[in-house]
Amino acid sequence: MPVVEYKVPENIDAAVSMLSNTKLSTKVMAGGTDLIIQSRAQSSDPLVVIDIKRIDSMMTAAIVDGGLHLGPSMSCAQLTARSDIKAIYPGLVEAAYLIGSTQVQGRCSVGGNLCNASPAADTIPALIVNGAECVIHGPKGERTVAAEDFAVGVGRNCMEQGELLTRIQIPAPAAKTSDAYLRFIPRTEMDIAVAGAAVSVTLDADGTCTAARVSIGAVATTALLVTEAADALIGTKLEDAALNAAAAAATAASKPITDRRGTIEFRRHVVGVLTRRAAVIAAQRAKEK
Amino acid sequence: MAKIHVNTSINGEVVEFLCEPHETLLDVLRNDLQLTGTKEGCASGDCGACSVTVNDALVCSCLVLGVEAEGAEIGTIEGVSNKDQLHVIQQKFLEHAALQCGICTPGLVVSTKKLLEENPNPTEEQARYYLAGNLCRCTGYDKIIRAVMDAAETMRGAA
Repeated sequence: MPVVEYKVPENIDAAVSMLSNTKLSTKVMAGGTDLIIQSRAQSSDPLVVIDIKRIDSMMTAAIVDGGLHLGPSMSCAQLTARSDIKAIYPGLVEAAYLIGSTQVQGRCSVGGNLCNASPAADTIPALIVNGAECVIHGPKGERTVAAEDFAVGVGRNCMEQGELLTRIQIPAPAAKTSDAYLRFIPRTEMDIAVAGAAVSVTLDADGTCTAARVSIGAVATTALLVTEAADALIGTKLEDAALNAAAAAATAASKPITDRRGTIEFRRHVVGVLTRRAAVIAAQRAKEK
Repeated sequence: MAKIHVNTSINGEVVEFLCEPHETLLDVLRNDLQLTGTKEGCASGDCGACSVTVNDALVCSCLVLGVEAEGAEIGTIEGVSNKDQLHVIQQKFLEHAALQCGICTPGLVVSTKKLLEENPNPTEEQARYYLAGNLCRCTGYDKIIRAVMDAAETMRGAA
Protein backbone atom coordinates (compact mmCIF):
# COMPACT_ATOMS: atom_id res chain seq x y z
CA MET A 1 0.00 0.00 0.00
CA PRO A 2 1.99 3.03 -1.14
CA VAL A 3 1.26 6.19 0.80
CA VAL A 4 -0.60 8.52 -1.58
CA GLU A 5 -1.78 11.17 0.83
CA TYR A 6 -0.43 12.57 4.06
CA LYS A 7 -2.60 14.52 6.50
CA VAL A 8 -1.66 16.31 9.70
CA PRO A 9 -4.65 17.04 11.95
CA GLU A 10 -4.14 19.62 14.68
CA ASN A 11 -6.63 18.20 17.12
CA ILE A 12 -8.50 15.00 17.92
CA ASP A 13 -11.79 16.09 16.36
CA ALA A 14 -10.04 16.88 13.09
CA ALA A 15 -8.30 13.49 13.18
CA VAL A 16 -11.56 11.64 13.81
CA SER A 17 -13.24 13.55 11.00
CA MET A 18 -10.38 12.67 8.62
CA LEU A 19 -10.60 9.02 9.66
CA SER A 20 -14.37 8.92 9.15
CA ASN A 21 -14.62 10.80 5.85
CA THR A 22 -12.43 8.87 3.50
CA LYS A 23 -12.98 6.48 0.64
CA LEU A 24 -9.39 5.28 0.57
CA SER A 25 -7.75 2.95 3.04
CA THR A 26 -6.67 5.18 5.92
CA LYS A 27 -4.19 4.52 8.71
CA VAL A 28 -3.16 6.54 11.71
CA MET A 29 0.59 7.00 11.99
CA ALA A 30 2.45 7.63 15.22
CA GLY A 31 6.12 6.57 15.00
CA GLY A 32 5.54 4.64 11.80
CA THR A 33 7.99 1.87 12.73
CA ASP A 34 5.38 -0.74 11.85
CA LEU A 35 3.19 1.27 9.46
CA ILE A 36 5.89 2.45 7.05
CA ILE A 37 7.19 -1.09 6.63
CA GLN A 38 3.64 -2.43 6.18
CA SER A 39 2.92 0.30 3.62
CA ARG A 40 5.70 -1.08 1.44
CA ALA A 41 5.05 -4.78 1.92
CA GLN A 42 1.35 -5.17 1.39
CA SER A 43 -0.96 -5.10 -1.66
CA SER A 44 -1.09 -2.10 -3.90
CA ASP A 45 -4.11 -0.31 -2.41
CA PRO A 46 -3.35 3.39 -2.09
CA LEU A 47 -3.03 4.47 1.54
CA VAL A 48 -3.86 7.73 3.29
CA VAL A 49 -1.69 8.37 6.34
CA ILE A 50 -2.93 10.53 9.20
CA ASP A 51 0.03 11.71 11.26
CA ILE A 52 -1.23 12.50 14.75
CA LYS A 53 2.12 13.65 16.20
CA ARG A 54 1.18 17.34 16.00
CA ILE A 55 -1.58 16.82 18.56
CA ASP A 56 -0.06 17.72 21.92
CA SER A 57 -2.19 15.42 24.06
CA MET A 58 -1.14 12.44 21.92
CA MET A 59 2.55 13.15 22.60
CA THR A 60 2.71 13.96 26.31
CA ALA A 61 2.31 12.14 29.59
CA ALA A 62 1.20 13.37 32.99
CA ILE A 63 0.90 11.90 36.45
CA VAL A 64 -2.72 12.58 37.51
CA ASP A 65 -3.80 11.69 41.07
CA GLY A 66 -0.93 9.22 41.31
CA GLY A 67 -1.88 7.46 38.06
CA LEU A 68 -0.74 7.96 34.50
CA HIS A 69 -2.37 9.70 31.56
CA LEU A 70 -0.20 8.62 28.66
CA GLY A 71 -0.39 10.16 25.21
CA PRO A 72 -0.48 7.05 23.02
CA SER A 73 2.01 8.41 20.48
CA MET A 74 4.71 9.62 22.88
CA SER A 75 7.95 7.94 21.82
CA CYS A 76 9.30 5.17 23.98
CA ALA A 77 12.59 7.12 24.22
CA GLN A 78 10.69 9.97 25.87
CA LEU A 79 8.70 7.61 28.07
CA THR A 80 11.70 5.64 29.32
CA ALA A 81 13.52 8.90 30.14
CA ARG A 82 10.72 9.81 32.60
CA SER A 83 11.97 8.80 36.06
CA ASP A 84 8.64 9.85 37.61
CA ILE A 85 6.77 7.30 35.51
CA LYS A 86 9.41 4.62 36.01
CA ALA A 87 9.14 5.03 39.77
CA ILE A 88 5.43 4.14 39.65
CA TYR A 89 5.35 1.52 36.85
CA PRO A 90 8.87 0.09 36.47
CA GLY A 91 7.57 -2.98 34.64
CA LEU A 92 5.72 -0.93 32.04
CA VAL A 93 8.77 1.24 31.41
CA GLU A 94 11.07 -1.78 31.10
CA ALA A 95 8.64 -3.31 28.59
CA ALA A 96 8.68 -0.09 26.55
CA TYR A 97 12.48 -0.06 26.73
CA LEU A 98 12.71 -3.54 25.20
CA ILE A 99 11.08 -2.55 21.90
CA GLY A 100 13.62 -2.38 19.08
CA SER A 101 16.85 -0.44 18.91
CA THR A 102 17.72 3.03 20.18
CA GLN A 103 16.65 4.27 16.73
CA VAL A 104 13.28 2.50 16.90
CA GLN A 105 12.84 3.77 20.49
CA GLY A 106 13.10 7.30 19.08
CA ARG A 107 9.87 6.75 17.14
CA CYS A 108 7.88 3.80 18.48
CA SER A 109 5.14 4.30 21.03
CA VAL A 110 3.03 2.39 23.53
CA GLY A 111 -0.13 3.34 21.63
CA GLY A 112 1.39 2.09 18.40
CA ASN A 113 2.38 -1.15 20.11
CA LEU A 114 -1.24 -1.56 21.27
CA CYS A 115 -2.85 -0.68 17.93
CA ASN A 116 -0.48 -2.86 15.90
CA ALA A 117 -1.72 -5.70 18.13
CA SER A 118 1.18 -8.08 17.63
CA PRO A 119 0.77 -11.15 19.85
CA ALA A 120 4.37 -10.49 20.96
CA ALA A 121 3.90 -6.78 21.79
CA ASP A 122 5.99 -6.14 24.89
CA THR A 123 3.98 -3.32 26.43
CA ILE A 124 0.55 -4.98 26.27
CA PRO A 125 1.06 -7.49 29.15
CA ALA A 126 2.56 -4.66 31.23
CA LEU A 127 -0.45 -2.43 30.49
CA ILE A 128 -2.84 -5.26 31.35
CA VAL A 129 -1.35 -5.99 34.78
CA ASN A 130 -1.49 -2.28 35.62
CA GLY A 131 -5.20 -2.12 34.81
CA ALA A 132 -4.69 0.27 31.90
CA GLU A 133 -7.73 1.62 30.09
CA CYS A 134 -7.70 2.70 26.47
CA VAL A 135 -9.70 5.85 25.77
CA ILE A 136 -11.02 5.85 22.22
CA HIS A 137 -12.57 8.78 20.34
CA GLY A 138 -14.81 8.21 17.37
CA PRO A 139 -17.70 9.64 15.39
CA LYS A 140 -20.09 8.43 18.12
CA GLY A 141 -18.12 9.99 20.96
CA GLU A 142 -15.78 8.56 23.53
CA ARG A 143 -15.52 5.05 24.96
CA THR A 144 -13.09 3.20 27.18
CA VAL A 145 -11.77 -0.32 26.68
CA ALA A 146 -9.66 -2.35 29.12
CA ALA A 147 -6.14 -3.08 27.84
CA GLU A 148 -6.86 -6.83 27.87
CA ASP A 149 -9.79 -6.30 25.49
CA PHE A 150 -8.08 -3.90 23.08
CA ALA A 151 -6.34 -6.43 20.85
CA VAL A 152 -8.83 -8.91 19.41
CA GLY A 153 -6.60 -11.01 17.17
CA VAL A 154 -3.25 -11.13 15.42
CA GLY A 155 -2.75 -7.60 14.13
CA ARG A 156 -6.36 -6.69 14.88
CA ASN A 157 -7.67 -4.29 17.51
CA CYS A 158 -11.17 -3.45 18.74
CA MET A 159 -11.44 -0.06 17.04
CA GLU A 160 -13.97 0.59 14.30
CA GLN A 161 -13.56 2.86 11.30
CA GLY A 162 -13.22 6.46 12.36
CA GLU A 163 -11.99 5.65 15.84
CA LEU A 164 -8.72 6.86 17.34
CA LEU A 165 -6.91 5.80 20.51
CA THR A 166 -6.46 9.13 22.30
CA ARG A 167 -5.27 8.28 25.80
CA ILE A 168 -3.95 5.38 27.84
CA GLN A 169 -5.11 5.79 31.42
CA ILE A 170 -3.52 3.81 34.22
CA PRO A 171 -4.89 4.03 37.75
CA ALA A 172 -2.68 4.88 40.70
CA PRO A 173 -1.30 1.67 42.17
CA ALA A 174 -2.27 0.75 45.75
CA ALA A 175 0.36 1.07 48.48
CA LYS A 176 3.15 -1.54 48.32
CA THR A 177 2.29 -2.42 44.72
CA SER A 178 4.77 -2.89 41.92
CA ASP A 179 5.17 -4.60 38.57
CA ALA A 180 7.73 -6.35 36.40
CA TYR A 181 7.92 -7.55 32.80
CA LEU A 182 10.25 -10.21 31.45
CA ARG A 183 10.52 -11.72 28.00
CA PHE A 184 12.59 -14.46 26.48
CA ILE A 185 14.55 -13.80 23.30
CA PRO A 186 17.44 -15.89 21.98
CA ARG A 187 19.71 -12.82 21.73
CA THR A 188 20.34 -10.08 24.27
CA GLU A 189 18.85 -7.17 22.30
CA MET A 190 16.84 -6.27 19.19
CA ASP A 191 14.48 -9.21 19.00
CA ILE A 192 10.81 -10.14 19.28
CA ALA A 193 9.49 -11.96 22.35
CA VAL A 194 9.28 -15.75 22.12
CA ALA A 195 7.31 -15.55 25.35
CA GLY A 196 6.69 -12.72 27.81
CA ALA A 197 5.14 -12.27 31.24
CA ALA A 198 4.11 -9.26 33.29
CA VAL A 199 3.13 -9.45 36.95
CA SER A 200 1.80 -6.84 39.37
CA VAL A 201 1.57 -7.64 43.08
CA THR A 202 0.32 -5.80 46.15
CA LEU A 203 1.75 -6.77 49.55
CA ASP A 204 0.50 -6.01 53.03
CA ALA A 205 2.69 -5.02 56.00
CA ASP A 206 3.81 -8.56 56.74
CA GLY A 207 4.53 -9.40 53.09
CA THR A 208 1.36 -11.29 52.24
CA CYS A 209 0.19 -10.78 48.67
CA THR A 210 -3.24 -9.17 48.80
CA ALA A 211 -3.76 -8.49 45.11
CA ALA A 212 -2.08 -9.59 41.89
CA ARG A 213 -2.45 -9.50 38.14
CA VAL A 214 -0.61 -11.71 35.67
CA SER A 215 -0.52 -11.32 31.90
CA ILE A 216 1.36 -13.39 29.35
CA GLY A 217 2.44 -12.45 25.83
CA ALA A 218 3.54 -14.16 22.61
CA VAL A 219 1.83 -17.41 23.66
CA ALA A 220 -1.63 -16.79 22.14
CA THR A 221 -3.17 -14.61 19.42
CA THR A 222 -3.33 -11.77 21.95
CA ALA A 223 -1.76 -11.09 25.33
CA LEU A 224 -3.79 -12.92 27.99
CA LEU A 225 -4.88 -11.88 31.49
CA VAL A 226 -4.40 -15.02 33.57
CA THR A 227 -6.56 -14.75 36.70
CA GLU A 228 -5.72 -18.34 37.75
CA ALA A 229 -2.04 -17.37 38.02
CA ALA A 230 -2.90 -14.26 40.04
CA ASP A 231 -5.18 -16.31 42.32
CA ALA A 232 -2.26 -18.66 43.02
CA LEU A 233 -0.29 -15.71 44.39
CA ILE A 234 -3.02 -13.93 46.38
CA GLY A 235 -3.10 -14.83 50.07
CA THR A 236 0.44 -16.26 50.03
CA LYS A 237 3.82 -14.87 50.98
CA LEU A 238 5.01 -15.89 47.51
CA GLU A 239 6.69 -19.03 48.74
CA ASP A 240 7.97 -21.58 46.22
CA ALA A 241 4.68 -23.47 46.22
CA ALA A 242 2.72 -20.33 45.30
CA LEU A 243 5.22 -19.28 42.64
CA ASN A 244 5.19 -22.78 41.15
CA ALA A 245 1.39 -22.78 41.10
CA ALA A 246 1.36 -19.39 39.33
CA ALA A 247 3.90 -20.68 36.80
CA ALA A 248 1.80 -23.79 36.19
CA ALA A 249 -1.34 -21.65 35.74
CA ALA A 250 0.43 -19.44 33.19
CA THR A 251 1.64 -22.52 31.31
CA ALA A 252 -1.86 -23.99 31.39
CA ALA A 253 -3.44 -20.77 30.08
CA SER A 254 -0.98 -20.38 27.21
CA LYS A 255 -2.02 -21.38 23.69
CA PRO A 256 1.15 -20.85 21.69
CA ILE A 257 2.07 -21.92 18.18
CA THR A 258 5.28 -23.41 16.89
CA ASP A 259 7.18 -21.08 14.59
CA ARG A 260 10.79 -20.31 13.76
CA ARG A 261 11.26 -18.56 17.10
CA GLY A 262 10.10 -21.38 19.34
CA THR A 263 8.03 -24.53 19.69
CA ILE A 264 4.75 -24.94 21.54
CA GLU A 265 6.44 -27.03 24.26
CA PHE A 266 9.25 -24.51 24.76
CA ARG A 267 6.93 -21.50 24.91
CA ARG A 268 4.59 -23.18 27.39
CA HIS A 269 7.48 -23.98 29.68
CA VAL A 270 9.24 -20.63 29.37
CA VAL A 271 6.11 -18.55 29.94
CA GLY A 272 5.73 -20.27 33.32
CA VAL A 273 9.37 -19.60 34.23
CA LEU A 274 9.01 -15.94 33.23
CA THR A 275 5.80 -15.58 35.26
CA ARG A 276 7.53 -16.95 38.33
CA ARG A 277 10.59 -14.71 37.91
CA ALA A 278 8.52 -11.60 37.16
CA ALA A 279 6.44 -12.24 40.31
CA VAL A 280 9.63 -12.39 42.40
CA ILE A 281 10.92 -9.12 40.91
CA ALA A 282 7.55 -7.35 41.29
CA ALA A 283 7.34 -8.49 44.93
CA GLN A 284 10.86 -7.27 45.66
CA ARG A 285 9.98 -3.89 44.17
CA ALA A 286 6.73 -3.75 46.14
CA LYS A 287 8.64 -4.45 49.36
CA GLU A 288 10.99 -1.55 48.65
CA LYS A 289 8.12 0.91 48.21
CA MET B 1 0.34 12.55 -7.15
CA ALA B 2 0.99 16.08 -6.04
CA LYS B 3 4.32 16.72 -4.45
CA ILE B 4 4.31 18.29 -1.02
CA HIS B 5 6.40 21.34 -0.17
CA VAL B 6 8.43 20.85 3.02
CA ASN B 7 10.35 23.45 5.03
CA THR B 8 12.93 22.01 7.37
CA SER B 9 16.35 22.52 8.91
CA ILE B 10 19.23 20.17 8.16
CA ASN B 11 22.45 20.51 10.12
CA GLY B 12 21.39 24.01 11.14
CA GLU B 13 20.63 25.23 7.61
CA VAL B 14 17.19 26.12 6.32
CA VAL B 15 16.22 23.67 3.57
CA GLU B 16 13.14 23.39 1.36
CA PHE B 17 12.24 20.43 -0.78
CA LEU B 18 9.36 18.83 -2.65
CA CYS B 19 8.52 15.19 -2.08
CA GLU B 20 5.92 12.53 -2.69
CA PRO B 21 3.97 11.35 0.37
CA HIS B 22 5.55 7.88 0.21
CA GLU B 23 9.17 9.04 -0.02
CA THR B 24 11.22 8.45 3.10
CA LEU B 25 13.47 11.02 4.69
CA LEU B 26 16.33 8.78 3.55
CA ASP B 27 15.12 9.00 -0.07
CA VAL B 28 14.91 12.78 0.20
CA LEU B 29 18.33 13.19 1.78
CA ARG B 30 20.10 10.99 -0.74
CA ASN B 31 18.16 11.50 -3.98
CA ASP B 32 16.83 15.04 -3.75
CA LEU B 33 19.29 16.85 -1.49
CA GLN B 34 22.44 14.96 -2.50
CA LEU B 35 23.30 14.34 1.15
CA THR B 36 24.60 10.87 0.35
CA GLY B 37 26.59 10.39 3.53
CA THR B 38 23.53 8.74 5.07
CA LYS B 39 23.47 5.16 3.76
CA GLU B 40 20.67 2.78 2.91
CA GLY B 41 21.23 -0.69 4.34
CA CYS B 42 18.11 -2.73 5.03
CA ALA B 43 15.43 -0.06 4.43
CA SER B 44 13.40 -1.69 7.21
CA GLY B 45 14.78 -0.10 10.38
CA ASP B 46 16.95 -3.03 11.39
CA CYS B 47 20.51 -2.00 10.48
CA GLY B 48 20.92 1.64 11.53
CA ALA B 49 23.01 2.63 8.48
CA CYS B 50 20.57 5.48 7.81
CA SER B 51 20.66 6.87 11.38
CA VAL B 52 19.97 10.60 11.68
CA THR B 53 18.55 12.79 14.40
CA VAL B 54 15.09 14.35 14.09
CA ASN B 55 14.36 16.95 16.77
CA ASP B 56 17.08 15.40 18.89
CA ALA B 57 15.75 11.83 18.65
CA LEU B 58 17.98 9.22 17.06
CA VAL B 59 15.96 7.52 14.32
CA CYS B 60 16.31 5.44 11.17
CA SER B 61 15.62 7.83 8.29
CA CYS B 62 14.23 4.89 6.27
CA LEU B 63 11.35 4.77 8.78
CA VAL B 64 10.52 8.48 8.61
CA LEU B 65 8.48 9.99 5.79
CA GLY B 66 10.09 12.96 4.09
CA VAL B 67 6.95 15.03 4.70
CA GLU B 68 7.41 14.53 8.45
CA ALA B 69 10.49 16.77 8.25
CA GLU B 70 8.22 19.85 8.09
CA GLY B 71 9.36 22.23 10.82
CA ALA B 72 11.81 19.69 12.22
CA GLU B 73 15.52 19.91 12.92
CA ILE B 74 17.41 17.16 11.17
CA GLY B 75 20.99 16.17 11.92
CA THR B 76 22.99 14.02 9.47
CA ILE B 77 26.55 12.76 9.18
CA GLU B 78 27.35 15.81 7.01
CA GLY B 79 26.87 18.01 10.09
CA VAL B 80 29.22 16.10 12.36
CA SER B 81 32.62 17.45 11.27
CA ASN B 82 33.60 21.11 11.53
CA LYS B 83 34.23 21.66 7.81
CA ASP B 84 37.53 19.82 7.11
CA GLN B 85 38.20 19.26 10.81
CA LEU B 86 37.02 15.75 11.69
CA HIS B 87 34.99 15.27 14.84
CA VAL B 88 36.81 13.38 17.60
CA ILE B 89 34.52 10.40 17.02
CA GLN B 90 35.43 10.29 13.31
CA GLN B 91 39.13 10.65 14.15
CA LYS B 92 38.96 7.78 16.64
CA PHE B 93 37.15 5.54 14.14
CA LEU B 94 40.10 6.12 11.79
CA GLU B 95 42.76 5.60 14.48
CA HIS B 96 41.21 2.34 15.67
CA ALA B 97 40.47 1.12 12.13
CA ALA B 98 36.84 0.81 13.20
CA LEU B 99 35.61 0.41 9.65
CA GLN B 100 36.22 -1.69 6.59
CA CYS B 101 33.58 -1.30 3.88
CA GLY B 102 32.26 1.87 5.53
CA ILE B 103 28.52 1.46 4.87
CA CYS B 104 27.68 1.33 8.59
CA THR B 105 30.13 4.08 9.56
CA PRO B 106 28.02 7.24 9.07
CA GLY B 107 25.18 5.71 11.08
CA LEU B 108 27.55 4.56 13.79
CA VAL B 109 29.16 7.99 14.04
CA VAL B 110 25.76 9.73 14.27
CA SER B 111 24.60 7.21 16.90
CA THR B 112 27.85 7.48 18.89
CA LYS B 113 27.58 11.26 18.91
CA LYS B 114 24.07 11.00 20.35
CA LEU B 115 25.17 8.36 22.87
CA LEU B 116 27.96 10.59 24.17
CA GLU B 117 25.65 13.61 24.37
CA GLU B 118 23.28 11.59 26.56
CA ASN B 119 25.96 9.75 28.50
CA PRO B 120 29.50 11.16 28.29
CA ASN B 121 30.90 8.33 30.38
CA PRO B 122 29.26 5.07 29.21
CA THR B 123 30.43 1.65 30.28
CA GLU B 124 31.38 -0.66 27.44
CA GLU B 125 28.16 -2.57 28.08
CA GLN B 126 26.06 0.60 27.89
CA ALA B 127 27.78 1.57 24.63
CA ARG B 128 27.18 -1.88 23.14
CA TYR B 129 23.49 -1.83 24.06
CA TYR B 130 23.00 1.72 22.82
CA LEU B 131 24.62 0.88 19.50
CA ALA B 132 22.90 -2.51 19.11
CA GLY B 133 20.74 -1.06 16.34
CA ASN B 134 23.79 -0.26 14.21
CA LEU B 135 24.84 -3.43 12.43
CA CYS B 136 28.35 -3.90 11.06
CA ARG B 137 29.19 -7.02 9.06
CA CYS B 138 32.94 -6.30 8.73
CA THR B 139 34.59 -5.37 11.99
CA GLY B 140 33.07 -7.70 14.57
CA TYR B 141 32.33 -4.53 16.58
CA ASP B 142 35.40 -4.72 18.82
CA LYS B 143 37.31 -1.97 17.06
CA ILE B 144 34.15 0.15 16.90
CA ILE B 145 33.67 -0.13 20.65
CA ARG B 146 37.35 0.70 21.26
CA ALA B 147 36.95 3.80 19.10
CA VAL B 148 33.76 4.81 20.92
CA MET B 149 35.32 4.37 24.37
CA ASP B 150 38.46 6.27 23.32
CA ALA B 151 36.37 9.08 21.81
CA ALA B 152 34.34 9.30 25.02
CA GLU B 153 37.48 9.57 27.11
CA THR B 154 39.00 12.20 24.81
CA MET B 155 35.80 14.24 24.76
CA ARG B 156 35.54 14.12 28.56
CA GLY B 157 39.13 15.35 28.77
CA ALA B 158 38.39 18.24 26.41
CA ALA B 159 35.17 19.26 28.14
